[in-house]
Amino acid sequence: MPAVTETLDAVQAATESGYKWGFSTDIEMDLAPKGLNEDIIRLISARKNEPEWLLEWRLKAYAQWLKMEEPDWAMVNHPPIDYQELHYYAAPKRKPGPKSLDEVDPELLRTYEKLGIPLKERAILAGVEGADGAPADGVEGERPQVAMDAVFDSVSVATTFKATLAKSGVIFCPISEAVQEHPELVRKYLGSVVPTNDNYFAALNSAVFTDGSFVYIPKGVRCPMELSTYFRINARNTGQFERTLIIAEDSSYVSYLEGCTAPQRDENQLHAAVVELVAFDDAVIKYSTVQNWYPGDAEGKGGIYNFVTKRGACRGARSKISWTQVETGSAITWKYPSCVLYGDDSVGEFYSVAVTTNHQQADTGTKMIHIGKRTKSTIVSKGISAGKSNNTYRGLVRIMPRAEGARNFTQCDSLLIGDQCGAHTVPYIESRNPTARLEHEATTSKIDEDQLFYCRQRGLSQEDAVGLIVNGFCKEVLKELPMEFAVEAQKLLAVSLEGSVG
Amino acid sequence: MLEIKGLKADIDSKTILNGVDLVIPDGEIHAIMGPNGSGKSTLSYVLSGHEGYEVTEGSATFDGHDLLAIEPEERAALGVFLAFQYPVELPGVNNANFLRTALNAQRRARGEAELDAVQFLKLARAQAKALSMPDDMLKRNVNVGFSGGEKKRNEVLQMAVLRPKLAILDETDSGLDIDALKIVADGVNALRGPGFSALVITHYQRLLEHIVPDRVHVLAAGRIVKSGGPELAHALEAGGYAAVVAEAA
Repeated sequence: MPAVTETLDAVQAATESGYKWGFSTDIEMDLAPKGLNEDIIRLISARKNEPEWLLEWRLKAYAQWLKMEEPDWAMVNHPPIDYQELHYYAAPKRKPGPKSLDEVDPELLRTYEKLGIPLKERAILAGVEGADGAPADGVEGERPQVAMDAVFDSVSVATTFKATLAKSGVIFCPISEAVQEHPELVRKYLGSVVPTNDNYFAALNSAVFTDGSFVYIPKGVRCPMELSTYFRINARNTGQFERTLIIAEDSSYVSYLEGCTAPQRDENQLHAAVVELVAFDDAVIKYSTVQNWYPGDAEGKGGIYNFVTKRGACRGARSKISWTQVETGSAITWKYPSCVLYGDDSVGEFYSVAVTTNHQQADTGTKMIHIGKRTKSTIVSKGISAGKSNNTYRGLVRIMPRAEGARNFTQCDSLLIGDQCGAHTVPYIESRNPTARLEHEATTSKIDEDQLFYCRQRGLSQEDAVGLIVNGFCKEVLKELPMEFAVEAQKLLAVSLEGSVG
Repeated sequence: MLEIKGLKADIDSKTILNGVDLVIPDGEIHAIMGPNGSGKSTLSYVLSGHEGYEVTEGSATFDGHDLLAIEPEERAALGVFLAFQYPVELPGVNNANFLRTALNAQRRARGEAELDAVQFLKLARAQAKALSMPDDMLKRNVNVGFSGGEKKRNEVLQMAVLRPKLAILDETDSGLDIDALKIVADGVNALRGPGFSALVITHYQRLLEHIVPDRVHVLAAGRIVKSGGPELAHALEAGGYAAVVAEAA
């Protein structure tokens, strides 16, 4: 079905205005006392039953963090964060023992149902008999299977399809579980792409991270289904610090999706995640994010601070890492999913749609570091600003001396809706190799009154017209998303921009 | 039937329409000609509901519906179609998708069943063929990279698919070669009949050779100053506007 129609259908159907994921879940929580110090870190490590080496790793990161200063160069403003006023561990209380869906608190399952997240494998596989993942014969054109890890506050509550994936040798589990079951892998790669002292928030994350996803794809394996993690922040005054690690061995392929929402609260909440990707020879990692953290209310009160470090290392020759993101939430978004292109002929891609409305602020972009020969990078960034928001694209393309024949194409487009918002572009281009070819294009536009009128004269309502034009603007990025997410993303775009053209 | 009575409209506090009276009965095609600045485009914008204009007096009804009281998209659902003089581009918006969305929005508003992708494409391709227009126009993005002539032809294709009851053609013939002109005329003539009226705004008599109007009106200084049959267009071509405008003053 054409994507545009989906958007319009969704807008028609959306009778609720405002952030409809803003409900909170009443559930018994295990909460660490407020504040951050070595004891809290030991508490987190103990709760998760971690080996000594990991505790040491955390404490080292904490020591580094204490010596660092919060950066202030981004074009975002926020009152100082009081790091001692947060809880660094919040987990839904549950019985000890194996995590099967039956053991998960029904209240939690209801939460995910409300969010439309399919935790029950049966729900996805319509008409299936027998073990999970086994498709019935003649099941054509069913909704494709997606394996899901659900993270509620600090812990992963359920991971689906593990058995199916294990048959291919794919490991997909919470990182806390990977530490227990595959410590050698975690130890080898954790911090290898984003060192603990890389930046202030990475150091903080390394000290207090509680959970996230771990993915390992063995040589030559094309992961049989899309993998996805859904993050939900629920408890008040907590920081959420996930850590995700994805390793793709030679000639493997994986497509990973990340979704995020949080309840409506008056206080700001901090989300400082770290994502590390490693791709070896001929491997491909596709990482997609649809981020819809609570953005704050129309006056700018509350909302998530989304300060994230995401980096992919194209270690192998001809490896490829693509980042696709649709960012519509958060009071403040500060992230630069990046690629370090070590391997000759490796490829890095960044496709982004960042929407800001009301009082949101976004300073986002990417870094493409070309080290190997004939490395290629593509950056397509679409920023949409409305209301009184501010949207900044900040990108770095750095060509190192040995990167013979490196190529980059960058396109950053801004769309302004209304006359009180801002769009800024801060591109950095550094080239130390004269054979490199770099192209940079940028456009800034408004949603034209004439375009809107043209659509309306043909029968579309104002809202539908805005949705149509915005979708056209974002098309290049949206088509990079896996189909499931593309539909969600379009609905999200339409809902985010509801009421923004007055 | 379109009925306009004493219509006055301003833009930026400047009066452009100064008491327009016009009746177009069902099934008829009327032409409006007039010197530049007389208010021809303003009339088409006011009828279709462009927000930049303020109606200060008068009325405009179509089949009994008060056009001026409803939104542009509601007027579209009633069957009002404006073929723009300068059609805008919609980057990234596929032409076929756009048309299908528009058609279905109108059908929904009228309580009619919507067309699915297959049904729609069948309809659109048939219309394109009837108008000797290349199929690939449907695959491109709306007006993006279209030549002036192609944009006008796209307007006619949209009209053929949407099947309006009142088509307003705002200088659709400007910038067209003979062949393109014929396509536009064919498009309008194909719809001609009961349940369809048209208001053709033009400077030149040439289009009216192909779309023979039932009536011709001259708009000058915001009012209709003279009306007649098709022969009036010939007279204007021969003698210019000055005589007609002076006579009416």
